[in-house]
Amino acid sequence: MKRLALLLLLTAAPVFASTIAITGGRVATGTDTPPTDATILIRDGRIVAVGAVAVPAGATVIDATGKWVTPGIVAAMSRVGLSEVDEGTPSNDAAARRSPFSAGLDVVPALNAAASPIAVTRQSGVTRAAVAPEATRTIFGGRGALITLANGPDLLTRAHAFQVVELGEQGARIAGGSRPAAYAAFEEGLAEARDLAANRARYRSFEPREAQLTRLDAEALVPVVEGREPLVVHVERASDILSVLRLRQHYPALKLILIGADEGWLVAREIAAAHVPVIALSLEDRPEEFESLAATKSNIGRMVAAGVTVAIGSYGDGTGNQTRNLPQFAGNTVAQGRLPGGVGLSWTQALASITSVPAKIWGMTDTGTLSIGKRADVVVWDGDPLELASAPVAVLIDGVVQPLATRQTELRDRYVRLQHDTLPLQYPK
Amino acid sequence: MRKLVLGLALLAAACAKTPPPKAASATPPRPAEVVSIPRDPFPSTYHAYPGVTTVIRGATVYDGEGHKFIGGAVRLENGKVAEVGQTVAIPAGATVIDAAGKWLTPGIIDIHSHLGVYPSPAVEANSDGNEATGPNRSEVWAEHSIWPQDPGFTRAIAGGVTTLHILPGSANLFGGRGVTLKNVLGRTAQDMKFPGALPSLKMACGENPKRVYGSKNQMPATRMGNIAVDRQAWSDAVNYKRKWDDYTQRAKDGKAKPTDAPRRELANDTLMGVLNGEILVQNHCYRADEMANVIAMSHEFGYKVSTFHHAVESYKIADLLAKEGICSAMWADWWGFKMESYDGIRENIPLVHNAGACAIVHSDDPDGIQRLNQEAAKALAAGRRVGIVIAPEVAWQWLSLNPAKGLHIDDRTGSLKAGKMGDVVLWNGDPFSVYARAEKVWIDGAVMYDAADPARRATTDFELGQPGRGDVK
Repeated sequence: MKRLALLLLLTAAPVFASTIAITGGRVATGTDTPPTDATILIRDGRIVAVGAVAVPAGATVIDATGKWVTPGIVAAMSRVGLSEVDEGTPSNDAAARRSPFSAGLDVVPALNAAASPIAVTRQSGVTRAAVAPEATRTIFGGRGALITLANGPDLLTRAHAFQVVELGEQGARIAGGSRPAAYAAFEEGLAEARDLAANRARYRSFEPREAQLTRLDAEALVPVVEGREPLVVHVERASDILSVLRLRQHYPALKLILIGADEGWLVAREIAAAHVPVIALSLEDRPEEFESLAATKSNIGRMVAAGVTVAIGSYGDGTGNQTRNLPQFAGNTVAQGRLPGGVGLSWTQALASITSVPAKIWGMTDTGTLSIGKRADVVVWDGDPLELASAPVAVLIDGVVQPLATRQTELRDRYVRLQHDTLPLQYPK
Repeated sequence: MRKLVLGLALLAAACAKTPPPKAASATPPRPAEVVSIPRDPFPSTYHAYPGVTTVIRGATVYDGEGHKFIGGAVRLENGKVAEVGQTVAIPAGATVIDAAGKWLTPGIIDIHSHLGVYPSPAVEANSDGNEATGPNRSEVWAEHSIWPQDPGFTRAIAGGVTTLHILPGSANLFGGRGVTLKNVLGRTAQDMKFPGALPSLKMACGENPKRVYGSKNQMPATRMGNIAVDRQAWSDAVNYKRKWDDYTQRAKDGKAKPTDAPRRELANDTLMGVLNGEILVQNHCYRADEMANVIAMSHEFGYKVSTFHHAVESYKIADLLAKEGICSAMWADWWGFKMESYDGIRENIPLVHNAGACAIVHSDDPDGIQRLNQEAAKALAAGRRVGIVIAPEVAWQWLSLNPAKGLHIDDRTGSLKAGKMGDVVLWNGDPFSVYARAEKVWIDGAVMYDAADPARRATTDFELGQPGRGDVK
């Protein structure tokens, strides 16, 4: 047991061999300062200098001349590492439709560092992520985690990072058909958590009953009701957002984070006044459901202008909302601001919305910007990081240069020429 | 006013065709009545909206056929592209748009959309894309499910989409007929139909049909079941065609009466249309090995696949697809959402292009359709990183001319060529940049979208009175 722990420590720990200097690049720090030419020095996995500094003798130099340097992308929300193939395979651990548990489901044992989406997402410059389970049987989805995408056996950086709940159309559907049913389930869940916290000895033992939480679920909601674990609430409609903000009247300690919020711009002042951060997509502009009638690509720009803290993100999937495309989503907010009547983000705000802002939302105070003392989560890009044509040429996490090969690059290399030589393509070349 | 005059003209034409009263003498023998299957019982009622002669000059022009004019110009006249080049003639009275720093391209054509049949909002009541009641539903037509008030059409035009092909879903092996639309709103689906475009037959390989029917303990439950059901259907269609061909010949020879005509089978009408080359096969198929099976099957029964859709593994058989002259309609980077998409790679589109095969960027998605240019840009860059350098003006073919070929409308639209439809997009920047958006969109020479002019941004009936009405989307 002791040996196992030591082994994990050794393999997970960054190699602190030497100083790394990333020189000559155009550096965008993830803060509100505009990009400038600068050198970045990294020692012991941390950033020790940013600016016009000399390269120490013996430093490993990464020449970024003509390239861009940014903090690693932080996925404000995702399911990376929970699934290899989403549909119809046992590799998908995001949802558990037939489990008697819900709020107590914890993603940690499902996290798989070898899942292909980890490498594929890392290759695109994502270095940290929040990973969430999916609510199915009750409105509570369970406990999410924060992870690193560093190559290695263990992804986990923070367990029990948040609880997931559905309180919009999806929540209504799960709870039995209406929003009041979803709120009843919510109040019941939090009441059970309070009961349990108040008197653990007298709390009833496990009695699986329809639409009732188990002891494990109630236990998982205790830190939520006590404000020690954030509650990520999925809602889209303006009135639903207001209903969620009002929950604090009864549960003053709740640490709320909204996800979705397609109509957030309609109640942006209220969200800002409540100091509730939002994780939203930048490309939602259809009345995809009745709860999203006012969706517009100006949503994020308008919320930010009203003072709301907004990170770009969604639960994500393998189609249009891939976590690896966060820079594209951010770039589109810049485009939206250039449209007559559209409201978007500035370039630095857009980069921040996928780096420093999500890091701040999650209390990851040691990453998300290129600043002295931060973890050396750094990406070197072959062009403007928000541009469609750009891609990382180097990804560092905790100062360690990461592999960028994936299952997909291996497939590509196999089929880039379709010649049949002496053996089928499936043999090594 | 204009419509009224046109109506009167039609009436006059109709009067002129009325045959004169028969003379009593010299009645020629009437040709035998030949029963036939109407080719176009739901004809297009689309009409182009009025435009003005317009010259857009000073833009970077991609003509959609692989050429580029820096500081080039296009003239639209009478609804058509009249001239394209470094400079064009400017007739007196023409509207002139100075477009320095902007890009001008042919309108984007999405060969795979479910707008109207799976509209927004996604409610069960309007979910009309899959007639999943039997694996062969060749008799259904997507156009009969289209809700012309789908707000998705207005989002698509803001993304520069001027023509789109609406397909039934992929639950069935034979999903039914697809229809090509001009992206101009109408009161009916017929108002939107691209005049004269051939219908398609949507077919599907792989996981969806076998899952949908296998779960009902019904054939097909496997991929071999898929092909078997397909082949029986094609065999029956060949038989149906023989009966009709034989009857038609005999009727023409005066040897068959109308009552001898075969009973119409609507599903077989569609399959026979394919065998007769009047209906194009659009085949949902992810895996390379399955595409090869379909190609062999098409040879067995004498039809041609126009385009494989999704075609996530086309890069594995790009040489075969080039040889067969079959297009691939692809996403830039979707993968891993189901087993048959597991081997998706970002270089799929450039690898297919590089093999000399026809590459198309498609959406299959009401959001993706709004930025097909961005998807093409990602694919272009992925190709460049492995040494496949394709000029952007060449890559634009993935977005307009190649889908036009896949729909057999490339003689009318898909590129900026004199005489083709005036389907044009003016972009406020390089359309392969994430920062660019469509600024103006012309369809048949009329401005149907203008980002700067609320009067040229449509609101569907559904959105009237809703909180999002008329907003910049």
